[in-house]
Amino acid sequence: MQAEQLRVLVTKIGFDGHDRGSRVVAAYLRDAGMEVIYTPPWQQVGAVVSLAIQEDVDVIGISSLATDHLIIPDLMEALRAADLGHVGVVVGGIVPEIECQALRDAGVALIFGPGASREDIVSQVAKLGTDGRKTKLTSGEFAV
Amino acid sequence: MLTEPATKAKESAFQRLLDGDVAVLARAISLLETGGTDSEVLTNRLRNHTGSARVVAFTGPPGAGKSTLINAYVAELRRRGHRVAVLAVDPSSPLTGGAVLGDRTRMGEHSADAGVFIRSVASRGHLGGLASSIPAILDAVDAAGWQIIVLETVGAGQSETEIAEIADVNVVLNAPGLGDDVQAIKAGILEIADILVVNKCDLPHADRTVRQLQSMLQLRKAERRNIPILSTSADRAEGICELSDAISARIEDAKKVSQEQYRRRRLKGLLCRRAEAIVRNRLSSLSEADADRILEQVSQGKLSIETATEALIATVFSAVPSPYPQQVLNPKDDDPDNWDCGF
Ligand code: B12
Ligand SMILES: Nc1nc2c(ncn2[C@@H]2O[C@H](COP(=O)(O)OP(=O)(O)O)[C@@H](O)[C@H]2O)c(=O)[nH]1
Ligand SMILES: [Mg+2]
Repeated sequence: MQAEQLRVLVTKIGFDGHDRGSRVVAAYLRDAGMEVIYTPPWQQVGAVVSLAIQEDVDVIGISSLATDHLIIPDLMEALRAADLGHVGVVVGGIVPEIECQALRDAGVALIFGPGASREDIVSQVAKLGTDGRKTKLTSGEFAV
Repeated sequence: MLTEPATKAKESAFQRLLDGDVAVLARAISLLETGGTDSEVLTNRLRNHTGSARVVAFTGPPGAGKSTLINAYVAELRRRGHRVAVLAVDPSSPLTGGAVLGDRTRMGEHSADAGVFIRSVASRGHLGGLASSIPAILDAVDAAGWQIIVLETVGAGQSETEIAEIADVNVVLNAPGLGDDVQAIKAGILEIADILVVNKCDLPHADRTVRQLQSMLQLRKAERRNIPILSTSADRAEGICELSDAISARIEDAKKVSQEQYRRRRLKGLLCRRAEAIVRNRLSSLSEADADRILEQVSQGKLSIETATEALIATVFSAVPSPYPQQVLNPKDDDPDNWDCGF
């Protein structure tokens, strides 16, 4: 049987407009065969949640070069409230070392800094997505 | 529109889809996109719950403003009190299978509106402006209770009559300044148009594009020449009311088509897409030896192209077992009447 294609949301929340990293990463993931739902910067937390639901994504990637990562705990809360706890969240960009732990505590699975390699990003996002997929509804469950 | 966890446990996934649970619909769409025998039961079950949605397709060359215009049209539908679903098809890379799906970027203003469902669909190698799973996805969105479905198709070409098969209203867009202007709209795509739109009417030379379209309309069959040509500026939300009125009028016409006819039309699309996929699949499994044998005979002039093509098809169909198990063709939980679609 055909394998289900991985679907990844690459987006930015808050006021930071540095979008180069998110574009680069979207292209990395596309070139690795994934379907990437890409948005411009300045998304609101609520919009990210409904996008993740409607697009049935396996991974949510947030790019943050300024201080937007500080909103991520709110996003994690909103995702759990919408029953999306199974969707892996990764953050990339500039996150000061001392703030990484707070993000991990909030449930962020992976953090990538400047210079993160294409190989690392692709392989780790793929693994996270494939793992998360296992908890989703299957064809069999629609048959009963 | 998420159901409470308590009821969730009781209700089946399929029932939740019918009840309008958006997360469940979104998941079902992914399964239908993947296709294969696993999703067949779902495809078949859905068919008994469809027929109330109407499909409005927006087609036109890349950059004409389809996504932007859909955004404005959706806003107008919301003002008029309708809920609306959008399926936006974008091409997959033929090399890697990956895609960046960006149409909904232009529809951002609706992302937090529960009355709007937007889903990006990658074409996954299918030609003709759609993805091969689109007929099944339309069934799912229809079954989930969305009565207006807007379909954005990939670019413009000559093989988009497939879109005409499954859409009730075909809006074909063009815009000034797209290089070779109206030539970007090929005769085939013009033939399917119920409404022609010249978008970007705020740009210079838009009137010239309108005139070119008017003369191109003469290429159509006499009884189909009399269709509206509307000017819009999707950016500035101009001409959107008129467009929405024209689409509504067409939807009313489409309602004269009975539900049963309508369902059969979409079912035909589904079966044809499926048949295409099977033939393509089989061709890709043609062995080197078989290919060489036929090629040899053609190049020596022993076989005509026509006979060779038939030989090729006969070869691939005798060599490979059916990818779909027998019981799929006779689903026991389905009304057999639905299978006799008479074409
Ligand atoms: C280019 C740049 C700009 C460009 C942005 C162009 C654009 N459209 O993106 C311009 C000139 C516009 C700009 C403006 C500003 N900038 Co600037 N900018 C940079 C710079 C030099 C490089 C960023 C970049 O594009 N890197 C290349 C990309 C490919 O790398 P990346 O984003 O890090 O992405 C990689 C990884 O982080 C990771 N990754 C990133 N996102 C994601 C997402 C996912 C899902 C995954 C898996 C991985 C991942 O993978 C990528 C590949 O390795 C950085 C300094 C730096 N070295 O980072 C400053 C920097 C980000 N800018 C900074 C500032 C302050 C500004 C301004 C406020 C300056 C001003 N006073 O006007 C403005 C604000 C702009 C705005 N509207 O928000 C500061 C931010 C400080 C902070 N974090 O607190 C920085 C760090 C410079 C500094 N040292 O002070 N900037
Ligand atoms: N001037 C002008 N630009 C427009 C209009 N509609 C869309 N555009 C721009 O045309 C570009 C392509 O639009 P998009 O909706 O993505 O086109 P699509 O590829 O057909 O979906 C974008 O930069 C839009 O902002 C319009 O009415 N007037
Ligand atoms: Mg588009």
